[in-house]
Amino acid sequence: MAKKPNPIWSWHKRVLEQNSLLLTVGIIGVVSIGGLVEITPLFYLDETIEEVEGVRPYSPLALMGRDIYIREGCYTCHSQMIRPLRDEVERYGHYSLAAESMYDRPFQWGSKRTGPDLARVGGKYSDEWHRDHMRDPRSVVPGSIMPPYAFLERTPLELDVIPGRMRALQRLGVPYSDEMIDAAIDDVRTQVDPFAPGYDDFLARYPGAPVRNFDGNERVITELDAMIAYLQVLGTMVDFSTYEADADANLR
Amino acid sequence: MTPVSTIKKSGFDYNAMAVLGICIAGAVWALLAAALGTDAAMRIHAWIILAGFLTGILILAGAYSNGGVEVDRREYNESIVRYGVIASMFWAIAGLLVGVIIAAQLAWPALLQFEAFPQINFGRLRPVHTSAVIFAFGGNVLIATSFYVVQRTSRVRLAGGVWPWFVFWGYQFFIVVAATGYLLGITQSKEYAEPEWYADIWLTLVWVAYLLVFLVTLARRKEPHIYVANWFYLAFIVTIALLHVINNLSMPADWLGSRSYSAFAGVQDAMTQWWYGHNAVGFFLTAGFLGIMYYFIPKRAERPVFSYRLSIVHFWALIFIYIWAGPHHLHYTALPEWTQTLGMTFSIMLLMPSWGGMINGLMTLSGAWDKLRTDPVIRMLVVSVAFYGMSTFEGPVMSIRAVNSLSHYTDWTIGHVHSGALGWVGFISFGAIYCLVPWLWKRKSMFSRALIEWHFWLATLGILLYITSMWVSGIMQGLMWRAYNELGFLEYSFIETVEAMHPYYIIRVGGGLLYLAGALLMAWNVYKTIRGDVADTEEVAAQQPLLKPAQ
Repeated sequence: MAKKPNPIWSWHKRVLEQNSLLLTVGIIGVVSIGGLVEITPLFYLDETIEEVEGVRPYSPLALMGRDIYIREGCYTCHSQMIRPLRDEVERYGHYSLAAESMYDRPFQWGSKRTGPDLARVGGKYSDEWHRDHMRDPRSVVPGSIMPPYAFLERTPLELDVIPGRMRALQRLGVPYSDEMIDAAIDDVRTQVDPFAPGYDDFLARYPGAPVRNFDGNERVITELDAMIAYLQVLGTMVDFSTYEADADANLR
Repeated sequence: MTPVSTIKKSGFDYNAMAVLGICIAGAVWALLAAALGTDAAMRIHAWIILAGFLTGILILAGAYSNGGVEVDRREYNESIVRYGVIASMFWAIAGLLVGVIIAAQLAWPALLQFEAFPQINFGRLRPVHTSAVIFAFGGNVLIATSFYVVQRTSRVRLAGGVWPWFVFWGYQFFIVVAATGYLLGITQSKEYAEPEWYADIWLTLVWVAYLLVFLVTLARRKEPHIYVANWFYLAFIVTIALLHVINNLSMPADWLGSRSYSAFAGVQDAMTQWWYGHNAVGFFLTAGFLGIMYYFIPKRAERPVFSYRLSIVHFWALIFIYIWAGPHHLHYTALPEWTQTLGMTFSIMLLMPSWGGMINGLMTLSGAWDKLRTDPVIRMLVVSVAFYGMSTFEGPVMSIRAVNSLSHYTDWTIGHVHSGALGWVGFISFGAIYCLVPWLWKRKSMFSRALIEWHFWLATLGILLYITSMWVSGIMQGLMWRAYNELGFLEYSFIETVEAMHPYYIIRVGGGLLYLAGALLMAWNVYKTIRGDVADTEEVAAQQPLLKPAQ
């Protein structure tokens, strides 16, 4: 009967169970390992993010649109991450690359598709469609269960917060130059007016950005301008004509 | 002359000064933000925050004009547990109600969303629901039960004088700040970590105080061994601190503005978020509630914990393996495949420690299985552990990449979460509260046993309706998305899959309503018990001798 007790149990009983600080240190040690192994390499392994051409920081107007997208909780129903599965690529377009969200702080990949994926919604619908859809989603998609966002076109965009927000992103490493931050508010005005004097400078700073009056209202820059400007640029930045999915550097 | 009170009070000591200092500093910041805030939402939110800090100062003034908080070491601090029980009940009803509302919004979108009130659109209410049930209801249950259990199993009064009260009120304040922020559109958009930077800093402060109160109480214990429930509570508190701080690292756009940007971007941010997100499940909703299981099931069943060694093995295995499971939320995404594979592997391994815990909980009933028939509270606790076993089996299955390609982005995930949340977390919490209320208010039993029976059956039916409807709608939608017709084209447009969900969304509302109805019955039952209207219908042992540490 008198079996020798296993030293592990008696050590646990004598040491860990009788010393709350050791127990705490043990817990911290044990729970740290998984995160260290899974997360830290992502910051220094080069192949984590593909080399692509065309991905640039958002224009100030699109950045504000993105903030509104976050504010309204769009991510609770819309993903922005197309998986490399046949049906998804056919439905939404080329599967998403890590490079496409490299300036997204935070990321908007989402976890639920109560509505469709939006990673490549840019250019898929006209501005007019987006206006109608935001005003009353069921006017263009009868079975839609999306809430109406008609207040966006009635709410003037907050402009004075933009330079501060770009500055915060710059501090985190997003390549906004001081010149871009100084010109931010003018750039918002330029992006909704193709005849603005700053047109060429704006496009030099944000190549390929759509420039037009997004909400159809010339008198005031609204939140709807920002929202549509953001949606119309989603998934359009990467130049897939120069991207080789099968290149060694892009196999992960 | 009235007899002199023998209860020892703290007086206005350094601790009180520190709490007062924190409240004054917070109030000054809130006043500045209300006046000079850079964005409109901040200027509104700051008034709510200012009101909170001023309330805190008033509560302090009230307590200290009466001589301070009680610090009599001969008595347990049960008063704070009573507050916690009432707060848990309140937030349960609030969180479930919001859940029913947003479920109804998906079932009848034109009916419950108004273009004039963006504050109550689905997108803003959804984090109100998740935060209210997880952090407000679950968090209050965890704080209240951990404060009760650590005192009883250590045979010592809760340490820290005013600090436990700071933890309690500070936590309620955090919830109010977070929820009102969502309604105003203030969110970081990281799921279950939505509160913005200033709410995060506040929660960090509250959480560190919580950890210290818990640790100092443990250090002063009069029992030689730390009881197993406390290992789980400690792992929960420590790991949540780690997860919260790292996942919320961000750069505010302005110290008087509501917006901040994450310290991480894109793929790294996604991985950090789901490392956090999955371990909010693992440590908040699992480890913490296992602490409840390890105290309340043995106590209520009057049986010792089934296996001491199993509790050691499954404790360390659970906390080691859980941390790795996050990447299963990111299968087939732009996250590198090696990370996904690691996450999947560990998620499957996680079945073993999870079921170790389930077995230890269920088998504690050995020799007392008849109580399942006679005691609805034991039945609730045991069914809760059964749901735990079910969802910790479903989870590893869904984490397999091939299964996940179907289940991800669909309602199957929502159903899975709710079998864990309503079945495991909800039932173990309700069971613990049904135990605690008579113990804390010194009643012979709950007011009505029949109401507990009703609660149990209504809630169980509600859960079944909820999870079965979400299984059907989730798997159906996943299959419809990938369906091809004979010509090789996608068979369904996206909106056709949305329309197919409609009946299941209505069933879900029904399930949620039943669960909410059960909780309302419980609230009434708790209220009547506290008032002292206890009928003479049932014999429940009131205060029992202290538990021995697990052997």
